[in-house]
Amino acid sequence: MQSELVQKYLREDRLPHIWCPGCGHGVIMHAVIRAIDNLKLDPEKVCIVSGIGCSSRASGYMNFNTLHTTHGRALAFATGVKMSQPDLHVIVLTGDGDTSAIGGNHLIHAARRNIDITTITFNNNIYGMTGGQYSPTTPYMDFGTTAPYGNIDNSFDLCDLAKGAGASYVGRATAYHAVQLAKIIESAISNKGFSFVEAVSSCPTYYGRKNKKGDAVNMMKTLKDMYVDIKIAEKKPELADGKIIFGELYNNPQDEYTDKYQKIIDMLKKEN
Amino acid sequence: MNKNIKLLQGNEACVEGALAAGMEFFAGYPITPSTEIAEISAQKLPAIGGHFIQMEDEIAGMAATLGGSLTGKKSMTATSGPGFSLKQENIGYGCIAEIPCVIVNVQRGGPSTGLPTSPAQSDIMQAKWGTHGDHPVIALYPNSVQEIFTTTVDAFNMAEKYRTPVILLLDEIIGHMREKIDLSIVDSLEIIDRKRPSCTPEEYKAYQADEDLIPPMADFGSGYRYHVTGLMHDETGFPSNNSKVAHQLMHRLMDKIDKNVEDIVKYEEYMLEDAEIAFVAFGATSRAAKEAIDNLRKKGIKIGLFRPITIWPSPQKQLLALSEKVNTIIVAEMNMGQYTYEVERIAAKNCNVEFYGRVDGQPINPDELMKFAEEVLL
Repeated sequence: MQSELVQKYLREDRLPHIWCPGCGHGVIMHAVIRAIDNLKLDPEKVCIVSGIGCSSRASGYMNFNTLHTTHGRALAFATGVKMSQPDLHVIVLTGDGDTSAIGGNHLIHAARRNIDITTITFNNNIYGMTGGQYSPTTPYMDFGTTAPYGNIDNSFDLCDLAKGAGASYVGRATAYHAVQLAKIIESAISNKGFSFVEAVSSCPTYYGRKNKKGDAVNMMKTLKDMYVDIKIAEKKPELADGKIIFGELYNNPQDEYTDKYQKIIDMLKKEN
Repeated sequence: MNKNIKLLQGNEACVEGALAAGMEFFAGYPITPSTEIAEISAQKLPAIGGHFIQMEDEIAGMAATLGGSLTGKKSMTATSGPGFSLKQENIGYGCIAEIPCVIVNVQRGGPSTGLPTSPAQSDIMQAKWGTHGDHPVIALYPNSVQEIFTTTVDAFNMAEKYRTPVILLLDEIIGHMREKIDLSIVDSLEIIDRKRPSCTPEEYKAYQADEDLIPPMADFGSGYRYHVTGLMHDETGFPSNNSKVAHQLMHRLMDKIDKNVEDIVKYEEYMLEDAEIAFVAFGATSRAAKEAIDNLRKKGIKIGLFRPITIWPSPQKQLLALSEKVNTIIVAEMNMGQYTYEVERIAAKNCNVEFYGRVDGQPINPDELMKFAEEVLL
């Protein structure tokens, strides 16, 4: 099954990928293609847009219309693509630094517009490609090469941020919870509006090493232990104590941006 | 009354030109003195089934413009100095990824917030060197409302023909000036559309150039799935660190403009036949220069004007010929001597090159140009 998906949706001649052994990004990319496959989207009508960073290299491996943009600007490019060609399914693959530091402005405004773009942030809590600097999602007092004495920045809850800015669908899952992750991405793509998925990844090479989180397997186990499915947490809140909730966190469909613009076009057509 | 004769503002004529050229998408951010271009685009684009979007910042305006063009829609953005600075990284992206689009810069005084409502020609060098790395540049600069219309069409045509961002320089004076314009030319305009692939999607290599050095460009969503990146890439469009690939791409990007300079360079010569001294001026300043020339001619001074409409690539051949003919070239510009560097580079071995400029937010007027020319002649 797996190799069939690879043949169908990946550019095999672009592999192997650049990600380190033990990186969670490959699992997340796989979840994205499983979601696309389950939804039976026409690959010709799928546009994958990415920014700069480890996660953003995913676009090059995926056999769709792919656009690997500048640092932080994936959502701004994607907005131009979606606005000018609303029949495309636009999916943005990006990292924590790319979306919420340099690209933070584009994230909140794309969410505010509720434009039909699905954003999947591969959150590994670190700038991996540049060698382990702290990002807006690096936990308080964790270490990075630019936080040698501990990170004194508070970190973002990306899902709260997206919801607060106006996203109509928000979900979270981890590279460990790969099955649930694919389902959440599927629901996110199905939502006609701005959807945000925090896909928690792991970076054993930089974040793990700097913070003594053990090897790749240990980091996966940490994801398993630290995150609790929202369905379980709702039934047995005590199991969620001190843990992070994952699952579908918000689903509130709203009128979509390009649809609203189309109404203006239709109104002007009638007038003439 | 001829319905084609209208009184239009320069910025308005720019939008009319863009629509005549086939603009279907505009993404931008409000900034004086270019805002009317966004406002009029917002009004007119949905009426023809096109799309306008006001983005959250200047960077996003440039990024969305490139995204729009990738779906096959002729796309434009407009800005002024501070916004032009912010757009630079993505302009470079447009250059290396070869995405046609038009960036209008209605210049105002700088640096920084500078003089937002006053004219300047402060971004002549930024238009060429603003984004990092070597890259091809086409920058055009009209000097009247009528010419803003036709030059905007030229800007789209060149962007489409050469698959590159084209910078359209205006200044606050010509952007906000109202003048008569004859729109009957609309029917006789040559409109160029980008070359699209004629091969099958399986055969398509997104960055494989034809003999003219331009690769055919497929619209996103049209059945040709390909990869676009700002990384150095080979003819397939995928990233490459190979030094041979980087060398070839860089040289092709530069060559596709350099080898077509004759087609790209547009200029006007005014009273140069017998001239012993010449102004080089563009945009609003060229209008003051013409008036100064008319007055100086009445005094028997043999003076003329060379007006580059294509600022970059510079009209090197023509400027060199001019330098062999006149004793002195006076470069007059509303900055501290930007194009003067380029004219000196080309002409200084053959003739005297003088600079006249001002940066106080006031236009250069004919009287001061006359006075300066007379002083130079002494």
